[in-house]
Parts: sequence; C-alpha cells; structure tokens
Amino acid sequence: MLSDSERKAIEAELPLYERRRSLCIEALKIVQEHRGWVSDEAVADIAEFLEMGADEVDSVATFYNRIHRRETGRHVIYLCDSVSCWVMGCDRARDRLREKLGIGFGETTPDGRFTLLPIACLGACDRAPALMVGDELYGPLDPGKAEEPLENHE
Amino acid sequence: MPTIHIDGTAHSIPAGVNLLHAALQLGYDLPYFCWHPALGSVGACRQCAVRQYRDEKDEHGQIVMACMVPAADGTRCSIADTEAAEFRASVIEWLMTNHPHDCPVCDEGGECHLQDMTVMTGHCSRRHRFPKRTFRNQFLGPFINHEMNRCIQCYRCTRFYNDYAGGTDFGAFGAHNHVYFGRHTDGVLENEFSGNLIEVCPTGVFTDKTLKRHYTRKWDLESAPSVCTHCSLGCNTFAGARYGAVRRILNRYHAAINGYFLCDRGRFGYEHANRGDRPRQPLVRDKEGTTHPAAAAEALKAASDALAAAKGVVAVGSPRASLEANYALRALAGSDRYSPGIASAEADAAAVLVELLRDGPLPPASLRDVEHADAIFVLGEDPAASAPRMALSLRQAARQQPLESVDKLGIPRWYDRAARDIIQGATGPLHTAWTHATRLDDIACPFRGAPADIARLGFAVAHHLGGDTPPVADIDEALDNRAKEIAEALRAARRPAVVTGTGLRSRRVLLAAAAVARALARVNGENARLGAVFGEANTVGAALLGGPSPEELLEAVAAGKADTLVVLENDLTRRVDPALLRRALEAARCVIVLDYVATPVVDRADIFLPAGSFAESDGTLVNHEGRAQRSFQALPHDGDGRESWRWLAALTDSPWDALDDILRALAEARPDLAAAADAAPGADFRLNGRKAPRSPRRYSGRTAQLADRTMHEPRPPDDPDSALAFSMEGAAKQVPPSLLSHYWSPGWNSVQSLTRFQEEIAGACRGGDPGTRLFAGAENKPAALAGSPPRPFDPAAVPGLLAVPAFDVFASDELAALSPPVAERAAVPVCRLHPEDAAAHGIADDTDAGIILNGASAVLRARLDPTLARGLVALPVPMPGLPPLADDTYATVRPAS
Amino acid sequence: MIRRPLTALIRPGEPPPGLRDYEAADGYAAVRGTLKDLQPGDVIDRVKEAGLRGRGGAGFQTAMKWGFVPQGEDAPRRKYLVCNADEMEPGTFKDRYLMEGNPHQLIEGMILAAFAIGAEVAYIFLRDEYPLAAKRLRAALAEARDGGHLGKDIHGSGFNLDIHLHISAGRYICGEETALLNALEGKRAVPRAKPPFPPVAGLWGKPTIVNNVETLCYVPHILRHGAEWFRGLGKGRDGGTKLYGASGRVRHPGIWELPMGTTMREIIEDHAGGMREGYRLRGVIPGGASTDFLVPEEHMDLPMDFESVQKAGSRLGTGTMIILDDKTCPVGMLRNLQLFFSRESCGWCTPCRDGIPWIEKTLAAIEAGDGREEDIALLHAHTRLLGPGRTFCAFAPGAMEPLQSALRYFEDDFRRHITEHRCPYANGR
Ligand SMILES: Cc1cc2nc3c(=O)[nH]c(=O)nc-3n(C[C@H](O)[C@H](O)[C@H](O)COP(=O)(O)O)c2cc1C
Ligand code: SF4
Ligand code: FES
Repeated sequence: MLSDSERKAIEAELPLYERRRSLCIEALKIVQEHRGWVSDEAVADIAEFLEMGADEVDSVATFYNRIHRRETGRHVIYLCDSVSCWVMGCDRARDRLREKLGIGFGETTPDGRFTLLPIACLGACDRAPALMVGDELYGPLDPGKAEEPLENHE
Repeated sequence: MPTIHIDGTAHSIPAGVNLLHAALQLGYDLPYFCWHPALGSVGACRQCAVRQYRDEKDEHGQIVMACMVPAADGTRCSIADTEAAEFRASVIEWLMTNHPHDCPVCDEGGECHLQDMTVMTGHCSRRHRFPKRTFRNQFLGPFINHEMNRCIQCYRCTRFYNDYAGGTDFGAFGAHNHVYFGRHTDGVLENEFSGNLIEVCPTGVFTDKTLKRHYTRKWDLESAPSVCTHCSLGCNTFAGARYGAVRRILNRYHAAINGYFLCDRGRFGYEHANRGDRPRQPLVRDKEGTTHPAAAAEALKAASDALAAAKGVVAVGSPRASLEANYALRALAGSDRYSPGIASAEADAAAVLVELLRDGPLPPASLRDVEHADAIFVLGEDPAASAPRMALSLRQAARQQPLESVDKLGIPRWYDRAARDIIQGATGPLHTAWTHATRLDDIACPFRGAPADIARLGFAVAHHLGGDTPPVADIDEALDNRAKEIAEALRAARRPAVVTGTGLRSRRVLLAAAAVARALARVNGENARLGAVFGEANTVGAALLGGPSPEELLEAVAAGKADTLVVLENDLTRRVDPALLRRALEAARCVIVLDYVATPVVDRADIFLPAGSFAESDGTLVNHEGRAQRSFQALPHDGDGRESWRWLAALTDSPWDALDDILRALAEARPDLAAAADAAPGADFRLNGRKAPRSPRRYSGRTAQLADRTMHEPRPPDDPDSALAFSMEGAAKQVPPSLLSHYWSPGWNSVQSLTRFQEEIAGACRGGDPGTRLFAGAENKPAALAGSPPRPFDPAAVPGLLAVPAFDVFASDELAALSPPVAERAAVPVCRLHPEDAAAHGIADDTDAGIILNGASAVLRARLDPTLARGLVALPVPMPGLPPLADDTYATVRPAS
Repeated sequence: MIRRPLTALIRPGEPPPGLRDYEAADGYAAVRGTLKDLQPGDVIDRVKEAGLRGRGGAGFQTAMKWGFVPQGEDAPRRKYLVCNADEMEPGTFKDRYLMEGNPHQLIEGMILAAFAIGAEVAYIFLRDEYPLAAKRLRAALAEARDGGHLGKDIHGSGFNLDIHLHISAGRYICGEETALLNALEGKRAVPRAKPPFPPVAGLWGKPTIVNNVETLCYVPHILRHGAEWFRGLGKGRDGGTKLYGASGRVRHPGIWELPMGTTMREIIEDHAGGMREGYRLRGVIPGGASTDFLVPEEHMDLPMDFESVQKAGSRLGTGTMIILDDKTCPVGMLRNLQLFFSRESCGWCTPCRDGIPWIEKTLAAIEAGDGREEDIALLHAHTRLLGPGRTFCAFAPGAMEPLQSALRYFEDDFRRHITEHRCPYANGR
C-alpha cells in the first residue's frame, strides 16, 4: 500500500494529466524518493493506485534509467561516461572510484553508503569530467581525486 | 482496383492495403516479422524493406518498409533490388546476433518463421564474434513454455496479448537490446487467449507446453481439419496427432469465425481425448450383474439383443455429439423416443433462439460480423465465459467507433501503431447486461440485474428504438435512461449488433432480445445482426433435430413405460435432476451408453460402446449462427473404438456403411438440414484422382517402432468416410479448405504460410470458407416471437434467493475441464452472493454455504461479490449434485454447519 | 541595438532574474502586447517573417510547424504545447544554460507559442538530471502565475494557459519528439509512427507542438523587436543568434550566444580560447553526438549555420561542439559514442537495437587491438544500413553520423589499431 504522503504527492499531480495512468512515471519517481528504490511491492502498490496492471507499470519502470528496480545505497553516484567526459578522463575517474570505494558500475559499497552508476551526458560538458550525487553536480573533477566530492555525502 | 508495379510487373490489387500485404497476396516471397494481418503494421522489425520509386522516371527510389507504405494506385517498387535484399539479409543477421541457434532442440523447429525468413533472405554465415546476451525464462502456467533467448523482439506478443486481447499481466520490459517479453514476476498468464502467443510468436519463445509434454516433430504430425467442440462458436482447428494421441491443436483460419485466433479452452481442451481413464473397451454386464470387457462384435450382439427384447426403447442424444450420431440415434429410437439431450429449460431457450435466428428479423451474426459491429448490446449472456472467442471479437468491436477518427485523419486502419496512438484506448458503445461482473467489463458499459430486469432493459431498449414495442410499465428512471442510451447507440451505428444467448435459460430475456432485434430491424436494420450463444458445440444441430426433453424420456423409464435407455455421449448428471436420473437408471432394465468420456452414466451402463472423440470421429456440427461444419478424424480408432454413428448404424437396419450414407438419409428425411451434407466434400471427392493427405509432404514418417516385428511399413489405415488419406501422399494443391489438414507452402513452413491459402489476406479461404449456413436466406418473419416485459424482480417478494448460473471459461465446458492443463486453470466452484444478501443469510466470505434447490442440496464455498445483483445466488456451472437451473429457480442458502 | 537577446539577462553563477527584474527589463511586455493586440495568426506570421528555425537539432521552420495545427470549428478544441527540455544529446548543455539563467524568458516564449497555436495547457519536459533548472523553473512558474501571466483569462485577453513541469525519468530517446509524447503519457518512450505528425495528433491524440527550449526563448524577442531585427542578427541566411558551445580540451569550455553563422574558427579560437597547451585540434563534432565530424584542415572558416554545415557534410545540430584533440584516440571516442547510442536505443527496431551494439563491440575490439581487417568494411556497411529511412526514427541515423565521418577522416587510425594490434594512443592519455 502506498503511504499517505506518497499518495498525497501522487494525487497532487493528478490534475496535470489527461489520464490517471499517465502518472505512471511520476508515481514511480515519488515512490522511489520515499523508499529509495522501486521494489516489486512498490510496483504493485503503484499499479493498484493507478488502476493498472503491475506488468504495465513495470514495463514502464524498467524502461527508464533513473528508476531503480534494485536496491541502491544511500547515495547514488552518477558518473557521466558520455563523450566529453570520456575525452576528459571519466574512465580514470571511474578507476579511481573503484579503487577508493571498492565498487564498479552497478555495485553498492558493503556499508550501503554508495551505489555507482554510469549516466548518459549530464549536460555538464563544460565541466567535464562530471558526476552527480543527489542534486549536486561536481565538475570538472580531477580524475585522480574523483572521490573528493563524496565527502559531502554521508 | 489499384494497379501496382513490382519489379516491373503490373498487378491489380485490392484497395486500401499496404505494400507488404499486397506483395504477399500476389505470392511474392517478401520476409517480415512484426506485421500480422490481424495486428497490423508497426514498423519494428524492418524486415520487409523494398525499394520504392516515385514514378516511372525515378531511377533512384528509396528503401521503405513495405508494411508501412500504402499500396496506392501507381505504386512502383522493387523487391529484387540488391540494396533492399542486402538490407533484409542484414536484418536477419542482426536478429541472429543474440539468437541461440538452438534449432535442433527447439520445439518450433521445422515450423519456425524465423528459420524460413533466414533461408529466404539468404543469410547463412555468422560474422558476429562477440558473446550473446542471455535471459532467464519464466514459468507462465500450464499452457505456455517460455524460452526468451530465442526472442527477436518483433513485439508481436505484447501487441497481441496486451493491445489486441486486453491482457494486463504481460509486457515488454527493459530497453535497448535488453528488451524482455514476459511477466513482471513468474506466474500463470491470465488472459484466456494466451495460447495464441504460440502462433503469433514467429520463433520459439512461446511454445505449446501441452505439446512439449508429448512432443512430436511438427512434420511428423498427422493432422486433420477439425472443429472445436468446446463451445457453440465452432472455431476451426487443426488437430495434430501421432502414435495414437492428439498432440496439439492449431488455429485453422476461417474468415467468418475464428480468423487467426482461438481461445485457450479450445486450444488446450483437447487433452480430454488423451486421458488415461478414457473408456476404450466395450463392456457388457453379465447375468451376475458385473460388467466385463467384450469384443466389439460381442457388445454389438448384446446391444441388438437388448434392443430386440426391449419393452420400449428411449434414446437420449447429445448437444456435444455430431449431427450424424444424433440422427442415427433418432433413427434407432424413432423421432418421438429420441431426445436431443439438452436439459429442458435450456432446450426451451435454445428452441426460442433457433427460431429467432432462423425466422427472425435480423440475419445471424458471425464472429466477423460481431468484430466489425460498431455498437453492440449483449443481453443476458456472458460470452467471455461461455463463448470465449466471441469476447475477443467484442473487444475489437469496441474499437470500431473510435477508429473512425483514424479514418478522418487519412490514416489507414492497418497502420496499427498510429491508430492506437490516435485513439488512445478509447472504446465505443459496448453495452452488456448480465447478473454480475464479466471479463469484458474493462471495455463495456455493464448493466447488472436479475434476468427479469435484464429482460425489462431489453424491452425498454426496443421501445426507445421506436416501433411497436410499448413502453415498459413502472420502469425506474435509471433503467429507462440506460435503455435510451443503448437505443441511441444502436440507432446511430453503421453496423449495430444485438447478442444474446441461452446462458440464463430465460425465455423472457430471449423475447426481449427478439423485441430489440425487431425494433432495430425497422429503424437501422440494413447492416444489423443478431448474435447468439448456445451451450455446446452442436446444441443448434441437436435442437434442430428436435424431440422431447431428456426429462420426459427419463420419466417414461422411471414410470416403466420404457425399459431400455440408450445414452449417446451425454453425462446426464450434468443436465437433469439427480433424483429423476436415479429413479430412471434404477428402473431401466438395460442402459446402453456410447461415449468417450468416463462419466457416471458410463459406470451405470449395462452395455458400453466406446465412441470416438473429436479426434477419431468424422461428423458435422452446427454452430451458433447455424453454420454446419464438418470435422474430420485426425487419428484412426484404436482397438474396438469407433464413431458413435457407426455403432448406431450397426444397430439399425439401415444400410449405412459410411458417413455420407447417413448424411444422404438425413438430407432426405430433413430437407431443412440437407445443406449439412454439403459442409465438406464427400468421401468420393478426389483431386487428380487423389485424396487429400493428412500428413505434410515433409513427413519423415518412417519409424523403427515396429522394426522388431516387421521391417515392412504398415499399410496406412483406410478411411471410407472422408476424402482424406492417412498418408503424406495425396493431392498437393488446391485442396478445398474444408479438407486442408495443415498449411505449408514451399519456403513457408510455419503457420504464416496461411497467406498462400487465402483468396485475399484476412479474407476468405482460397476455395471458399468451409461450412454451409442452414439459416441463410431464410424468410424473415418480422413479427416472430412477440412477448411482453416481465414484472421487475423484487427480492423481497420471492422465496429465498433466485439461483442464476455463473459460467467459468475453464470450468464450465465439460470436455475442456477434463483436460488437465485446462483443469489447472479452472476457477474453484463457488456460490456468489451480494455482500448484503450474504449478511442477511449469515454467510461470511470464503465460508461454506449450504444450498438447497428443488429438494437437492450441496455445499459450496461462498464468494461475496458486490457486483452481483441483489436477491440472487450465482451458482457455478457445472453444479454437481444440484438440479439444473431454469429461469425461475429459487434456492435456500444458509451457513453450512 | 540588442545583439544577444537570449543571454542578456543571464549572469552565470548568480541567481536568475526574478519576476520583478525580468519585468523591469521589458519582460512579459511581449505577452501583454500580443494578447491584447494580436491574433494568434499574427504571431505565427511574425515568427514566419523572422524565419525562426528550430534549435532542437533539425532546424525545422517553427512557424510552418505551428501552421500545421488544425484550427477552426472542426479542429479538436484541446491542443498542447510541449517544451522539449530533455537535452541528453552528449556534448549539449545549452538549454540548461537558458533555463537556469533566465527561466522567465522560456515561460514567456511558451505563453506566446501556446497563444499562437491555441493551446491552453503546456508542459515543460525536463530531464531528471537538471534539478537546479527544475527548481528555478518551478519558482518562476509560481511567480508568473502570481503575476497574472499564467492562469485564466490572462491579462483580460480571454486566453487561458497552464504550464506544467514534467520531470522525466531519463532516456535520451525521450528527446525525440514523439517518444517524448509517450513519456509524457507515462508510457515507454518509444517513438511513434509518423504520420500522423504531432501537430495533428500528438499528446493524448490531440494536436501538439513540440519545440526546443532555445527556439521558444526567441519568440518574445521576435515579437518585441520585429522580424527584421531578428534576421539582421544572423550573419548568413539564417537569422538570429545561436547558442554555441564547446567542450573537450579547449582552454575555456562554455556557451556563447553569437550571431548565427559565426565561423568555427571564431568560436574555438576567440571564445573557447583555443586548444589547451600541448594539444592540437584533430576534429570537431559540431552539434552534439549525432553529427558528422568536421576537421580543421577543411572547416575552420566554415560559418556555423544550418546550410553551410549541411553543405560541409555535417549538421549544425545543437550547435555545441565536441572537440577531438590529437592525443585522444578517435577509435576510443567512437566507441564511447556508440556505447552511448547502444545503451540509449529504445529497443523498438532491429537495426538500431541490434546493429549498434555490434558496432560498439567491434569498435571495442579494434580499440583493444583485437580488430580484424574485415571490421572496417563491417563498420562502413553499418553506417549505410542504419541510415535514414532504414530505422523507425532518426536516432540510429544520428548515431551513424560521427561514425561515417570518422571512418573517412580517421581511417588511418582505424587501420593502425588493426595492423598493430594495439591502440597507438594507449600511452598518450
Ligand atoms: C534521438 C533524438 C533525440 C532528440 N533529443 C532532443 C532533445 O533533447 N531536445 C530537443 O529539443 N530536441 C531533441 N530532438 C529533436 C526533436 O525530435 C524535435 O525535433 C525538436 O524538439 C523540435 O523542436 P524545434 O523545432 O524547436 O527544434 C531529438 C531528436 C532525436 C531523433
Ligand atoms: S532507431 Fe529504432 S530502436 Fe533506435 S531509437 Fe529509433 S525506434 Fe528506437
Ligand atoms: S514487417 Fe514491416 S517492419 Fe516488420
């Protein structure tokens, strides 16, 4: 079941769309914000609320990059690996993070603090290489010190 | 007719189709995957590339997807163009980058569209040298096997399952080259049409799990054109058999009936014929009263002695037995001592509905008519449960009106991708009236009420349509407004349809439907149709033969007026009052039973004659619209089994050696049924002196099975009853569709070769659609079947609760429910009660309730159903131990202690 | 005369102008004037005179697109305007600059565009990774509503408009305008069949105009200063200014508003400050990842406008350049680009879904020294086989643009990887 605050947040979006099921993406994001990720149960909860099948919701959920259908750490590090950042050394930044955090793309640190994910161009090409944690954008990174910004995220 | 030019050759083609459709229809080999004649074009696979030229001067042209291009007059294209051909080969090469290349162990092998298209494009050597991606497969229930790695992402499965069939528990997941087709979590596919995935999928992702359990290579199947016996619609099928068992059912295209799709009950119900407990041995009861196996001759002798010695023979036929078997039985007993075997209440309803179809104001609706109707009123029937394939047609019908907005934008309807984005799931008028929620409610505007109120709604609709129907007295405003809305929709439609059925066994409801039909005929009758649903595969045929009810004959036996009872393919415990049946069976001196199902009646038989199931019998069935269709045996009888009509013919003095003899006799005796004889060519039909083959030309056939006994191939069995041979030898081309046992054409080994067997793609079969219509051309008597609205149903004024039937798609059909995979899907039998009625009777959800009905009682789990009309108890069909329902049957319901 | 209309009020690193500042600089004047004095058709006419071409990448005539929206009695009453702020094309960061820097400008442009086409509901389709833009747009929308620029009967004109901010869940294909519509409807963002084009049947089946952020931002200025002024801003045939950008190993990566048709040399040398110390310019992807390489030997003095770039064999695209330097392996860069495209393919059509991953794996093999002679032909063939018309949408053809030009300009690099069985740049980076 959706929590009250989840339901309220989704309901607030209802008037903005012609159809109830059009809220699918909004709802997934709201629930992800509340629960950290979108579990099978969350999919079913959303489906019930939007009067859709769980399969219909999941087929949307699994399409998008920013919906996490697997549990993540407290903070997700999105390291841009698109072209400008690649030119500017994001591979080295990735290697540095692996060295420092002990995780590669798609993995979570054992303490559950970080999950590292690649992301398509962050639109920060003038600050390449760049990464994003939460709402914070960092760049240009020194690839050799790519872990520095993480200190802000306990 | 538009003219198009393909590689310099001019062709006339039908208007309004796309280039791929046109090319295939003209017999070109143009590969494709995502296009499907019933699902339309979406342009996903990019396999059907051709070069299109602007005009005759254009030498360059451009590569287009044929399925996305209208074949308008003057269109010029090249299929042979090298660049187009190179591109098509590339598409296969891409598709194969991740395909497991597991043809030798794949169930689809030999019947795989992907194999065919791979050969067709000439792609033959692999250049991709990198690892393939792999997927995990899912458990999808008893019908469908899942092997995702074979997927080529044509999206046909979800387009069929979700878009076409309205399923919600399936979909496409993920993106890029990780698109996964299946369920969100492992589990049974719930949609009743899931089996079509087997045929819709162009490769081996979704395969037939029932076939897998007793697998046979497709080219080694012996198949016959068959007619589904699991409801009254008469969908056409291919029954494939080997080594004495049915292995699978495939869709056999019939333009006016099933088209490209079957329901799961029809596709998977066949396993009843393979049951281990199926009685296959004649039995005779000896003087000590024990039955013992007997040879056919001995059993026949016993039967004819019993009949000769009888003091009165009565015979109960069956709506699931063929016209021929019923007719032979009738000949044996005499017309006043033969009953078609339909329970009296249902028989009355069936008689009314047959009369309405035959003599009524509107022509009967085929499923194609239903599918194309743009406003529908379904009155007193639950087709989703009782005639499932019709529900699929109704689902398409609901789109007809919204599709007009697609027409307005100049977008052709075959352009499915665009059409769906434009109409956005909108539905047109589909009004239903039933006692509780149905599986169509997601697209319907449902009315729920007691049969009397359903009838009142019908009469009110008739009144508002205008004409001679008087207003319904004391009608409440909501019902009247509803009726107005329905009448308006029917009046405004281009192709309105009324659908009704015998499900409620209610004469009043059928008279209401007759009133609607009459009124509609007057105001908007030009293209209007009347759809009907009956109980079983040959209910219409049996009803047309006519005769007393089984109850009447059983009474005669119980009263000693007759002492010998012959029962043909009929489990009477499902149809008549158990007390009456008990009395009759006790009183009978001799009970002779013909069947292929182990029923309680078989247990009581003094003489049992093992009959052929649909798989071993030829015979004619008359479907819901009065279409007589011939079904042929797919495998020879084993041992002493034989067709019911053959046993019966041996017991009469008639010189009937073959099926055609009986059909001839039937035609003579009953000119109104004479057309049934023409449902398919007779046994003497030959093409270039040859019969039609049951096995494909690719039959490898030779088997070492008998090698320890003889090295010679056994001679194939004779078949005196049909123009089909148990062999791969036979006529190769132009086999009439009613004798066609499989689709195959050079280069086209999968079901997709069907395009080679149609006059027009998605149009009639080449050679004409099988079957003959018994009601077509009948004189319409507009005044037929007048009636007047009943009083409203008043729960307070009746004794107990009104008992109404609740059908279940997988439980309610006798034969299908005997098929283990179908039984796995059958709903648990429950009695439904409105929560307030339940509370008033002290019954909680999911507790046992005692039901007392006409003196009999049973215990059922209670299911509280807020959608059920007040004052009703909906009982499952079948209801073991309870007498059959009539229109006005009241039950007492109380908590079971 | 105003020469840099779009960025005049943008102060990087500082908060954007609020409603008051914006109005003080004549903001929303165009809305007031237009809604009071002009008919929707007039707005379309002025934009047409100005010759405004879409800045989303394809350069389609904006007024012509607006003109496709059915008007009159028979037309559907409900229509939609959507601002495409998905900006996920690698190398592109101009729309962010506009939205973070001056959100009111976009809102004003949307009000005028919505008025022109008769839409009473509009959406900003914003990518998820722009939280700052989201915050600023949200605040600006609230201000605009409070200021009476949005809502019912705006400035007594009888025209109503609501603008909603939709934040996407991330997929490059969402930027494709029909995929975007599916995403807005809460579905999988697979492109739609065309026809029908969105102006006829778009969002929820209704007529819909999708325009890029930068495109919409010009509209208030055109209405305020006139078509002639707008045309005068450009250097060539295409009028107006353009946001140009550069990223890679230039001294000062960034965004600049310059006259349409400014040369590549001027952008790279004067504005981006030239190459960084020790690096030489090898190639330029002129307008986001899906445009063909240009090379300094041939194109330094190329005016960066739609037609000139097209003639040079590439596309202006988004106008934001990605710079390839001499120490970066072109094969590796291509591999990176194709990895992006293979991951972002929506998975609908075969050539893109299965062809690009094959390209990517082949490039990876070449880069790793495992390339084979025949790989070059395979890559060449793919650039043809995934060309326009072969795939369902423009995604895959876009992906082929940098590849086909790289195979032409950097053929030697590919060959050396294969013959030497190693990456010649491996030590360079
Ligand atoms: C794969 C693909 C991605 C696109 N991404 C964007 C985008 O992020 N932003 C954008 O404005 N246009 C994008 N476009 C172009 C849009 O489809 C559309 O042409 C544009 O939004 C129209 O706006 P305009 O006429 O103002 O340029 C993309 C196109 C394709 C094929
Ligand atoms: S080219 Fe095909 S698979 Fe690629 S993004 Fe477009 S529709 Fe999707
Ligand atoms: S059949 Fe034409 S694109 Fe798939």
